[in-house]
Amino acid sequence: MDELKDIEFLPDDFEFVHNQDIMKDEVMPDVPFWLDVWRRFKKNKGAVIGAVVIIFVIIMAIFMPMLSSYKFDAINSSEANMTPCSLHWFGTDNFGRDLWVRTWTGTRVSLIVAFAAIAIDVVVGVTYGMISGYFGGMVDQVMQRIQEILNSIPTLVVLTLLMTVLEASLTTIIFALMFTEWIGMSRITRAQVLQIKEEEFVLASRTLGASSFFIIFKEILPNIYSQLIVMSMMSIPNAIFYEAYLSFVGLGLTVPNASLGVLINDGFTYFLSYPHMVAIPVIVLGALMLSFNLFGDGLRDALDPTMKEM
Amino acid sequence: MNKGMMKYIGKRLAISAATLFVIILVLFLMLKLMPGTPFNDEKLTEAQLAVLMAKYGLDKPIMVQFWNYLRNMLTGDFGVSYVINKNMNISQLVGSAMGISFRLGVMATILGTVIGILLGIVAALNKNTWIDSVSTIISVIGVSIPSFVFALLLVYLLGARWRLFPTQYSSSKPFTSSIIPVIALSMSVIANVARFTRTEMISVLGSDYMILAKAKGLDQRTLIFKHALRNSLIPVITILGPIMVNIMTGTMVVEKICGIPGLGKLLISSIQQNDYNVTLACSFLYAVMYIIIVLVIDVLYGIIDPRIRLGKGD
Repeated sequence: MDELKDIEFLPDDFEFVHNQDIMKDEVMPDVPFWLDVWRRFKKNKGAVIGAVVIIFVIIMAIFMPMLSSYKFDAINSSEANMTPCSLHWFGTDNFGRDLWVRTWTGTRVSLIVAFAAIAIDVVVGVTYGMISGYFGGMVDQVMQRIQEILNSIPTLVVLTLLMTVLEASLTTIIFALMFTEWIGMSRITRAQVLQIKEEEFVLASRTLGASSFFIIFKEILPNIYSQLIVMSMMSIPNAIFYEAYLSFVGLGLTVPNASLGVLINDGFTYFLSYPHMVAIPVIVLGALMLSFNLFGDGLRDALDPTMKEM
Repeated sequence: MNKGMMKYIGKRLAISAATLFVIILVLFLMLKLMPGTPFNDEKLTEAQLAVLMAKYGLDKPIMVQFWNYLRNMLTGDFGVSYVINKNMNISQLVGSAMGISFRLGVMATILGTVIGILLGIVAALNKNTWIDSVSTIISVIGVSIPSFVFALLLVYLLGARWRLFPTQYSSSKPFTSSIIPVIALSMSVIANVARFTRTEMISVLGSDYMILAKAKGLDQRTLIFKHALRNSLIPVITILGPIMVNIMTGTMVVEKICGIPGLGKLLISSIQQNDYNVTLACSFLYAVMYIIIVLVIDVLYGIIDPRIRLGKGD
């Protein structure tokens, strides 16, 4: 405290921050929930960049294959192994197929696989988690043990075994991916249901004679939407990766079909002589995975600021 | 070792055993459902076929066959390879492959954990500065981008362009040729560990006992390494599970890229050459490794943090 003695205060040392009538209450304007979410989301730079990249890639994947004069599986051996040029913006592969079209067609296929798989996962996972959490007791015990056992088998093994038996096609890959990601969804749903079903509004609803069906779908489900959206966004990169993994291992789609995994696998063969063949799909894959992660992170914080670190 | 602990470990063991049983059952069913018999490409008469069936025990009732299969799998007898290395015992084949994969995985885990912890500490101590931002960016990239992308990049740059390390694995130079795959695999570990260490360090650094330790006049190094880091590292054990899974998935693809004769490459070539027995054996081993790792981590964590084994918070 000694040094304080030497300090002298001058009249202009302090100033009013601003003139505010402290007797008047300032009320934040009432904004709808989604606008509130949007405001918080905008502040997160990474998430906005992620969203922009995702939208850009989706638009490219939808329209580029339609607009180009090349077909994704059209072979033209006189133009094989070309590096990017004005004729073929991403070059061509060893059969002369245009890589610009192939890349965007492949991205489209990968995105379809990912979105379809995650949509099914959400339905399966939510149903499972709801039943397990809501009914509790013996049902919960049995369902949780089953879930734990399935969860103890690595995704990689499940996918490998399933695809060894199944004929590789878009449907079977979606089917295989469905087997692996739903567990996370069901866990989150169950945890939320356990918490929400003790709340007073559920009790009130039950007292008024609402059926279990009504309570589950009208009272509990709307309260976990945001978590489910976030979880799905976080699962999409996994699905994209596993699709690529399956093709790379030789269990997924194969040439002349296009998907990011097929392109990476195909380009890898000529990797050292024509690095662009593998680099382009890898960059698209990496950018997509990164963007979905950033987007999911931002969405989580925006939807529920209290939910950081799920 | 009290009663609660025993019960917890017992439950974990039961779950693991059940999982193992389910996996073996699935593998057995797959073998049965596979089209054709193992002897379909040889010209055999009915009588010869019957002799072969009897030799391999395929004429017995299905339950007996399953029992034999179960016993064989658990004792490490995976049968013989049909294509990759004709008539070679698979246990021999996978034995050496597993050693290489395991060494690679352990190296990547150690490298990744050490760098990750350091990065996490530095980020936490310089919270909200550019150092923290750089560390966060590294974490996000490492978490989101799969390891084979790093492997491709490193093989191209370090291997093919600058010729610092060999692009392909060779058993004569096991160390220099493992550098690229190990770095590629450790990226996700670095990212996960750094992110987690940072969060934990920040919360520990703000706790009352850290203020007390500081008030006692301890120097910065003791403060960080003895007091803060130790308490921050306990929860890091929980993410070791996901990390191991990442590495196991990663090795498959990275092994193919770098030409490492490990379990992943064996699995891939068995798939491509339709060597079912080898595919099943490799899948089984992957599953077993995973189950053991998860079991060890769960038990370890139950010992360290009693709240976990009691199954409730606080």
